[in-house]
Amino acid sequence: MQTGFETYKPMILNGTPDLHQIEVYEAEGGYEDLKKALQIPRSELVESVKKSGLRGRGGAGFSTGMKWSFIGKDKPRYLIVNGDESEPGSFKDRQIFEFNPHLLIEGCLITAYALEIKTCYIYIRGEYAKWIRIVEDALADSRKKGLVGKTLPGSDFSVEIYVHKGAGAYICGEESALMNSIEGKRAYPRLKPPFPAVVGLWGKPTIINNVETITNIPLIVRLGAENYAKIGAPDHPGPMLYGLSGHINKPGIYELPSGMLISDLIYKIGGGIPDGKKLKAVIPGGSSMPILRADMIDGVTMNAESLKKAGTSIGTAGMIIMDEDTDIVEAVARLTHFYHHESCGQCTPCREGTGWIEMIYQKFLRDEAEPRDIDLLLSICKQMEMRTICALADGAAWPVRFSIERFREEYEKHCKKPESPGWNYKMRAVSGV
Amino acid sequence: MKPSLNIPHTSNHGDSQTMPEGLQVFETQNTRNPSEIVFNDDDLAKIEEFKRRYPNQEAAVMPTLWLAQEKFGWLSQESIELVADTLNMPHADVFGVASFYTMYFKKPKGKLHVAVCTNISCQLCGGYEIYNFIRQTFGLENGEVTGDGKLSLEEAECLGSCGTAPVAQINNGDYMENLTLEKFKAFLKDKGIL
Repeated sequence: MQTGFETYKPMILNGTPDLHQIEVYEAEGGYEDLKKALQIPRSELVESVKKSGLRGRGGAGFSTGMKWSFIGKDKPRYLIVNGDESEPGSFKDRQIFEFNPHLLIEGCLITAYALEIKTCYIYIRGEYAKWIRIVEDALADSRKKGLVGKTLPGSDFSVEIYVHKGAGAYICGEESALMNSIEGKRAYPRLKPPFPAVVGLWGKPTIINNVETITNIPLIVRLGAENYAKIGAPDHPGPMLYGLSGHINKPGIYELPSGMLISDLIYKIGGGIPDGKKLKAVIPGGSSMPILRADMIDGVTMNAESLKKAGTSIGTAGMIIMDEDTDIVEAVARLTHFYHHESCGQCTPCREGTGWIEMIYQKFLRDEAEPRDIDLLLSICKQMEMRTICALADGAAWPVRFSIERFREEYEKHCKKPESPGWNYKMRAVSGV
Repeated sequence: MKPSLNIPHTSNHGDSQTMPEGLQVFETQNTRNPSEIVFNDDDLAKIEEFKRRYPNQEAAVMPTLWLAQEKFGWLSQESIELVADTLNMPHADVFGVASFYTMYFKKPKGKLHVAVCTNISCQLCGGYEIYNFIRQTFGLENGEVTGDGKLSLEEAECLGSCGTAPVAQINNGDYMENLTLEKFKAFLKDKGIL
């Protein structure tokens, strides 16, 4: 499965200086894919995205072409590009905004043309003030060149693209919450079905794709679906933006073919772990994904199939690396605070569960927990998973569940010592948490 | 040196997220005279442009709140009512939106508002060293402002800059990346705070 990543030439973050300027982008052959796409019948474009095997890069990994083909017949339709990027460990969309915003705009235009969409919103989290400026400048340049908001060359079609600035809420990364946020409401996720592709923004058919997913669309047009599908792992093809953060010598975003070995990413690409320490754990795709122990990564590659076998998932491919001295309980405790803070409060299992979990973790941090608290955590997880409108509750429960499953001894270390008073909880009628 | 992972014990146990944190919001005094909280013609032209982006004008509430915050520094009750009246929306709806998002300030912040990311990647790389330094030096907790109004502190959730951790965001604007305690102290000295 390992493709020759040493010879791979990046296409999204190709390192050309000043690529965010439209002149440089055009000199590099920019907006040519758009012109090519405008000559292709719409149904053929959707078909080729399906055939390319492109899977959404925002976390769920659903087939993009399939999503497109579900779009309802009603009009107007909307395209939303999800650049809310708030999953801890993910910072890839930011690189696209900074280094190749025109590829994103080109992808939006092609997608909008293929699906007969006249309005596109790029939702960018409010914290990315600097990158919002870059994208807005790029949009203005593209407007001046007669692309955004104007009749596209060789067609009678025009697309308007707007940036919608978020204001700091992790939940807006969830697609239906994001729609409520654009509509000017509190960002509560909506019940599904109906899916956004049929009933979306203002009740109209809406396609929501991740920023990285959209930048892959011009590449599919350029290379052709068959050639695109040959890049990387067959079940999850294409270039992928891997993030490396935490205890790693060369943190950053690396564009490489999908299906890279986790060990290659850490040791060959990321330069290993600082101070020659040993690896303890990896979270492969943003904080919600199940954590892997160091002895679980042998031969595991970054594509859906292989990660599923290893007992985790790809998420956003933003890997968090932890060295041997990391206290897993402290690290997961910080995540429980995050999910408690970010739970929107709509569903009781999540609103209450995230709070209780955080509270119990504080007990572990004070070394006052009792062994049964470990099982209490697991039972709270069970009452949260799959019981809420959106997947935030699952995302909050998984780091807890899998870190207990895979690092139980660390939790036991944080329990009260048997000799300390009060340890024998069986002697108490009620033991408050 | 191994960065300290020491997490301050949080005290918001059992706080449900639906509890309107906003009820306290109105206790703080306004820094502006309410008569100064108005949009001028330039602002109204901008708001008209926001409205044109969406099929209904309710959707312009987020950009308009941003505009109000940038103009008035933070979102007082008067500013929120001004936004609501400008967009013909119920006050409660606009307050509902403003209170949902953390970047809309419902209380005045310090002249220098520092949001230090302490989420997992920053935590692993020493984010708490900087966060705890501010807590200890200025006696600030999450969300508090110093008595002289010069500095306020926030424990930020992931700022999306994990590759250059630890990170802090200044006044909802630019990031300070690859932070070290020395760099941060030098920054505060430069701003005349330390």
